[in-house]
Amino acid sequence: MSHSTTRTTAALGEAAHDPVPAIAGIPAAPIAAERARPAAGPFAPVAWARANLFNGWLSTAVTLALIYFIARWAIGFFDWAVLHAVWSVPQTDAGPDPSACRDAKGVGACWAMIGDKYRFILFGRYAYEEQWRPAIVIALFIGLYAISAMRRFWRKELLLIWIVALTAIGVLMWGGVGGLAFVPQDSWGGLPITLILSTFGLAFAFPLAVVVALGRRSTELPAVRMLCVLYVELIRGVPLITLLFMASVMFPLFMPEGFNPDKLLRAQVAIILFAGAYLAEVVRGGLQALPKGQYEAADALGLSYWKKTGLIILPQALRLVIPPLVNTFIGFFKDTSLVLIIGIFDLLLAGKVAITDPVWQAYSTELYLVLAVVYFAFCYVMSRYSRGLEQEFRRTARR
Amino acid sequence: MSQAASIAPLRSSEPRTETTTQPAILLDRVNKWYGAMHVLRDVSISVGQKERVVVCGPSGSGKSTMIRCINRLESHQEGRIVVDGTELTDDTRALDTIRREVGMVFQSFNLFPHLTILENCTLAPIWVRKMPKAEAEELAMSYLRRVKIPEQAKKYPGQLSGGQQQRVAIARALCMKPKIMLFDEPTSALDPEMIKEVLDTMIGLAHDGMTMVCVTHEMGFARQVADRVVFMDRGEIVEAGPPNEVFENPQTERLKLFLSQILRGH
Repeated sequence: MSHSTTRTTAALGEAAHDPVPAIAGIPAAPIAAERARPAAGPFAPVAWARANLFNGWLSTAVTLALIYFIARWAIGFFDWAVLHAVWSVPQTDAGPDPSACRDAKGVGACWAMIGDKYRFILFGRYAYEEQWRPAIVIALFIGLYAISAMRRFWRKELLLIWIVALTAIGVLMWGGVGGLAFVPQDSWGGLPITLILSTFGLAFAFPLAVVVALGRRSTELPAVRMLCVLYVELIRGVPLITLLFMASVMFPLFMPEGFNPDKLLRAQVAIILFAGAYLAEVVRGGLQALPKGQYEAADALGLSYWKKTGLIILPQALRLVIPPLVNTFIGFFKDTSLVLIIGIFDLLLAGKVAITDPVWQAYSTELYLVLAVVYFAFCYVMSRYSRGLEQEFRRTARR
Repeated sequence: MSQAASIAPLRSSEPRTETTTQPAILLDRVNKWYGAMHVLRDVSISVGQKERVVVCGPSGSGKSTMIRCINRLESHQEGRIVVDGTELTDDTRALDTIRREVGMVFQSFNLFPHLTILENCTLAPIWVRKMPKAEAEELAMSYLRRVKIPEQAKKYPGQLSGGQQQRVAIARALCMKPKIMLFDEPTSALDPEMIKEVLDTMIGLAHDGMTMVCVTHEMGFARQVADRVVFMDRGEIVEAGPPNEVFENPQTERLKLFLSQILRGH
């Protein structure tokens, strides 16, 4: 860098002494010397704060007021959640003794309640001695997400991993084979239910959505297109709660005597259908955003419809819709909590039931805070991951 | 339709009586409408094997539509289009055969932005021609060398200049080893300093004996390589003939007007 700069300067110096006169009337235009871009100054927090937070009396006043309120709230929260919190209570023969929590009520949080009830919140009414099984299921789900998130595992084998993992999850939850005790579905509960509903829900809804989005854009099969439009509009026009009620109450009425798929499965199907309709519209947005030339270039090369769609159209369309896609994913992860109204023990209902215990009835704030943190952790990881993915795609395939 | 015949002194001989060998492309009284708009009017033309035809005309004259009908990116409503002995119909198998034999280069390049240059070139050979990957890559590299950008193979289209992208698009089409190449205004979207590199590639291709139909306003290119220049206006072929005759001695007012506008522009 410095070497080339000196050379340029030297060349300019020579040119200045060049005895050959410039062409008449046209002054010899000197070439602007190449200079290094001025380095940005070191980050100075004081200067930054003065420029952004304290420029003028109004801005200063607002900043100070905000600092005051935030600090007050944070200190208060810290007092309640940490300093004055009750972390454990003595166990008696009659069960836990919550008198310490009662004394601290309003001053400090009662985390002892979580310590006492966490297994019920996480696993619901699942047989107590068998709760290592849903614990492994949770770990399997998280492992599955982690592996699927890594791009170097994005190949055909991943599908196999999913099938194996989901089968293992089913075996662990149900049991009844290989010496595992059978646990009926209606005693499952807690976090595994939330993860099952959202993972199976999105894993099946997503391919469904892609097919529906493609069908809705089909020009050659008007019947298929109308069917897809009908599906999307019908499902989208109905609240998820209505669909869940229909799945749990109405659906069995139409089924032959004796055929009664379990409630979880029915709720699962309702969620898949609902999510499918929303995701289909997101995917369709991506399909529409692709320039027509991409379709034409694929056609001109002789690619068949499915090869064109799978190799050219979908990879680009899905990349375009990562933000709204993840938005919908996050929304549905949280919407699975609606199954509590048809009495399925997901994480939220398990928590609600946990605090019906007379000992702990007064400590719902602590419970809901913990549940919020669990939901937030999953959603935040999804959102961070999607941001990273977007950046990676932007880097490799600049348009 | 009838006036089309009366005012168009076609200098080329009638398609079906010309030769005994089968023409590469035959359009026989092709008509096309967009809604009520009549965009191709009784277009008849025959392109022989290894013939190079340049199509020119004002915008909206139907020249792009005509070339896009040849590989059925657009469908025609009346008349016959026969490519390499296969008639274009709704039969998808015939269409597959034709698209395999006909390469196309677009005005806006239309490279696949999510694939590398090399992957852009090997995609169709691998998936359509079922060529083994290694062989397809070798083939792609040989064509990338020919369009003089083998060193860009690992990059993505967005990292290349317009001229380079269009040369990749040509290489991509050539990787299918087509018998016929269609060019739809290949240099219109390029900055002036990049036009030459693309035209040079096309001239090289012409010298190798490729059958080419090229929609372009590059008159220098037309003079240098075209066997025949076809002038279209308002959906019909107005004049056709060897470039010298067409350019030096235009018969119709429409062509004279067009040529004066083109020359003024250059």
